[in-house]
Amino acid sequence: MPAPVVAIVGAGQAGFQSAASLRDNGFDGRVVLIGDEPVLPYQRPPLSKTYLAGQSGVGDLWLRPVEFYAKQEIDLVYGDPATAIDRGRHRLQLASGMEFTWDQLILATGARCRPLAVPGAELDGVLVLRTLADADVLRHRLKEAREVVVVGAGFIGLEFAAVARACGAHVHIIEITHHPMGRVVSAPVSRFFTEAHVAWGAEVALGTGVTRILGAGGRVGGVETSDGRRIPADLVLICIGVIPNAELAGDAGLEVDNGIVVDEYLTTGDPGICAIGDCANFPTPFAPVRVRLESVQNAVDQGRSVAERITGRPMPYQRVPWFWSDQGDLKLQIAGITTGHDTSVLRGNPADRNFSVFCFLSGRLIGVESVNRTADHVVARRLLAGDPELSPEQAADEKYDLRAHARRLPGR
Amino acid sequence: MPKVTYVHPNGAREVLDVPLGTSVMRAAIVNGIDGIVAECGGEMMCATCHVYVEPDQLDCTPPQSDDEKAMLEFTASERKPNSRLSCQLVATPELDGLVVYLPETQV
Repeated sequence: MPAPVVAIVGAGQAGFQSAASLRDNGFDGRVVLIGDEPVLPYQRPPLSKTYLAGQSGVGDLWLRPVEFYAKQEIDLVYGDPATAIDRGRHRLQLASGMEFTWDQLILATGARCRPLAVPGAELDGVLVLRTLADADVLRHRLKEAREVVVVGAGFIGLEFAAVARACGAHVHIIEITHHPMGRVVSAPVSRFFTEAHVAWGAEVALGTGVTRILGAGGRVGGVETSDGRRIPADLVLICIGVIPNAELAGDAGLEVDNGIVVDEYLTTGDPGICAIGDCANFPTPFAPVRVRLESVQNAVDQGRSVAERITGRPMPYQRVPWFWSDQGDLKLQIAGITTGHDTSVLRGNPADRNFSVFCFLSGRLIGVESVNRTADHVVARRLLAGDPELSPEQAADEKYDLRAHARRLPGR
Repeated sequence: MPKVTYVHPNGAREVLDVPLGTSVMRAAIVNGIDGIVAECGGEMMCATCHVYVEPDQLDCTPPQSDDEKAMLEFTASERKPNSRLSCQLVATPELDGLVVYLPETQV
């Protein structure tokens, strides 16, 4: 019998991890890792942080050197997008015409930037930030930029805004909701970061949309906002979220709903095909609804999880989600999923730039957002790995020892 | 360039010239040394670049931040007094000759 083949579509953090973990687990079949970008698998988080700021180089981004793939016998195909899945024949087609057959197919196709559908979005100087190529353009343009407009105040937009301010550019942040990062953080943390960006010198317009991007001679010159203002700009970054890359799966008849729909084993309706990372919509004990998470933790842990399943140790995927964002001198760390909480309490004082918000739903701790407070974040990850048994009163009392509390809990 | 010796759990040793300003973690990744995972890429969000520093040399290493101390709670192998996150060991002339021992597992 020929050796089994695992084909992995997408060579980002999730795809890379599944390949590496298959080998770590002793898988001795063929592993093919297929990426659509023309470079080695790399880390994305620094693209909006140290890499953009010029504090790290491209050599610091590679997840592993090129020799790793040869040594681990991982067939790396890059710069060649997958174009079609033939489920009946277990064949995968690439843009170059190359074809692979698989025994197990891992979809780690990631996501792409959501475009802003307004006139002028095609002008030179209107940029996005997702890939290394995007970051290289942005890094170059940022050196010359004087007037920067950031459309969308999520993690990426705010991280970029902080770097742009530090580079000396004048920065406008335009956000259509009233809560920057509001999809993922509580109101106090959203407010705290908004005020921090204002203190760093950015102008922040909330509840404001962009109706048109203005320019002359093909080059961006400004934006027009929903309240009728015209803001000058020589660089506009559009960061209004992402669209999961689920078309390949959808075209193959797999269920798609805000990502590729998978079960608790990260498997699609086809037992030979699973989906992981930014593109996967999965059930989780950490939220009352299915989620699709965009994070390093999710990519890495899901990559490991499918490798475990393929090598004979299937376990439902139940890892505690965590996230981080670096903005200026502020490090935001989130454990759990705080969306939908009904109660939140503060531990520490925002005025000291060192605090956490503990979020509860129906009396149970569901997530913790920490600012410059890693010790709380660490304990939160432990607490959330089971029933935290923590009350809002205990969380808010700085004299209450959370580490001792965690140690008393089974398995933590 | 400072020389850093990585000792695997089976006793095998690998020696690298680590450029000044580069971390012991990054040098291991770039040079394909197994046993350093560095899941978060040096952001101090995980503890998968855990090493044990040769005890005699602890004084030469930079002090531990509170964040590093907190994150060391997540090491997959036993945390010892000489445990460090190698992403925080940035090469300086003082680190020349550093010996670090790789743990049995990082995850």
